Amino acid sequence: MPERLAMDATAGQTAARDAGNQLPLQVSGLAWSAGSKRLIDGIDLRLENGGVTVIMGPNGAGKSLLIRLLHGLVAPEAGEIAWNGQRTGEATRAEQAMVFQKPVLLRRSVAANIDFVLKLKGGADPARRDELLAQAGLADKAHQPARALSGGEQQRLAMVRALACKPQVLFLDEPTASLDPASTQMIEAMIADARMAGVKILMVTHDAGQARRLAHDIVFIHRGRVAEHTAAATFFSKPASTPAQDYLAGKIVL
Amino acid sequence: MQDFAEAFRLAFQLVWQMDDELAAIIGLSLRVSLTAVAIAAAIGLPLGALLATTRFRGRGGLLVLVNALMGLPPVVVGLLVYMMLSNAGPMGFLQLLYTPTAMIIAQAILITPIVTALSRQVLEDLNTEYAEQFASLSVPWPARVQALMVDARYGLLTVLLAGFGRAVAEVGAVIIVGGNIAHLTRVMTTAIALETSKGDLALALALGIVLLAIALSVNAAVMSLRLTAERTAHA
Repeated sequence: MPERLAMDATAGQTAARDAGNQLPLQVSGLAWSAGSKRLIDGIDLRLENGGVTVIMGPNGAGKSLLIRLLHGLVAPEAGEIAWNGQRTGEATRAEQAMVFQKPVLLRRSVAANIDFVLKLKGGADPARRDELLAQAGLADKAHQPARALSGGEQQRLAMVRALACKPQVLFLDEPTASLDPASTQMIEAMIADARMAGVKILMVTHDAGQARRLAHDIVFIHRGRVAEHTAAATFFSKPASTPAQDYLAGKIVL
Repeated sequence: MQDFAEAFRLAFQLVWQMDDELAAIIGLSLRVSLTAVAIAAAIGLPLGALLATTRFRGRGGLLVLVNALMGLPPVVVGLLVYMMLSNAGPMGFLQLLYTPTAMIIAQAILITPIVTALSRQVLEDLNTEYAEQFASLSVPWPARVQALMVDARYGLLTVLLAGFGRAVAEVGAVIIVGGNIAHLTRVMTTAIALETSKGDLALALALGIVLLAIALSVNAAVMSLRLTAERTAHA
């Protein structure tokens, strides 16, 4: 199935234009192997600015690996990744942030976790830190050890810590996997706020409901390839590729 | 059997009374071993951090060497330091042989590989855990090392306590380079060896009791640190 590059005008694109950001992602011939197994197999992809792009696909399809490649955490074996024409690397990563499925929190207090990033990105800013803690609903837990927080609280802390970087692109690797509905709702609200602020969001999720609520476009990965890239509404109403149809129908996708 | 019991009674009496000689021996032991730990920390912690966070040609060989040096025989270290510091040796002009400084040097040489290897392991484990997050945040190397040292503080303190435990209980090296001179280089372990050979079991036992108490205290401190780390979710 050829990739649908021509996206409908989405709310995300509009938001991006309003925000004045121009960071389209262009990926060509991306490949990565583990030993003899090709996990990313010649991906070509172009993403517009703004909005939420959700990456879906069956387990082992290469979704998490793909966003690590796009963020520059993993070097590609072949192919090109360019953000606004600039090859992915230290410079592009400085304008991006990532939240992992299992939050990696420093062995410090909640506030110190945010202070670490603020200091790294320009200097300590207690007012900004308090603002971020309030956004995460963690103002009253500022001095608690970060690792003593509940799973939902830890993920919210990881979210605001990522936002402390003031990223133009935010990668989310299944940020609500294993969270309860209330925590999921809070994370989704934070994602929506970030999108409204003009942050481009690339998110991996298996939760079709969540993808329907948040996504502007869906990239469906199957066997390390883009099986389908289309507007979310189209994807959920008329998935074009057989793997996507099977996936949405709850069938085993081999 | 009666002598045995009598020796214990006298030993506890000596510990209880803590005469000047006993206090001086214990004080010197602590001074020598704590100074050696400080030197080992100053060398071993940065070296451990370097090995934990960088990849360079020959790193594997260096790791094998550092790990192997953890098992350095104290008498061999003592002999090498003796040869270095004796009048005929390259550092003989310093006139350090049979001084507490020589004992500190020998103990520092013994425990620096321990501090280096164990701190490398502690920091590397944490570095592996933080690696993707630090890469995502583009944390520069000095900030990464600093963050690892701060966040691994309980583990690193445990490493230093382990080094102290090894140093304070060591006898082979310090007896060679210190000479076991009364009121000058006599520490607990060398005094125990001497008093045992003289048949003065009471003093030897008294020193043994103190040494055991120190070993127990060190272990209690390690356990306490671990519990504190777990309680405050820093582990």
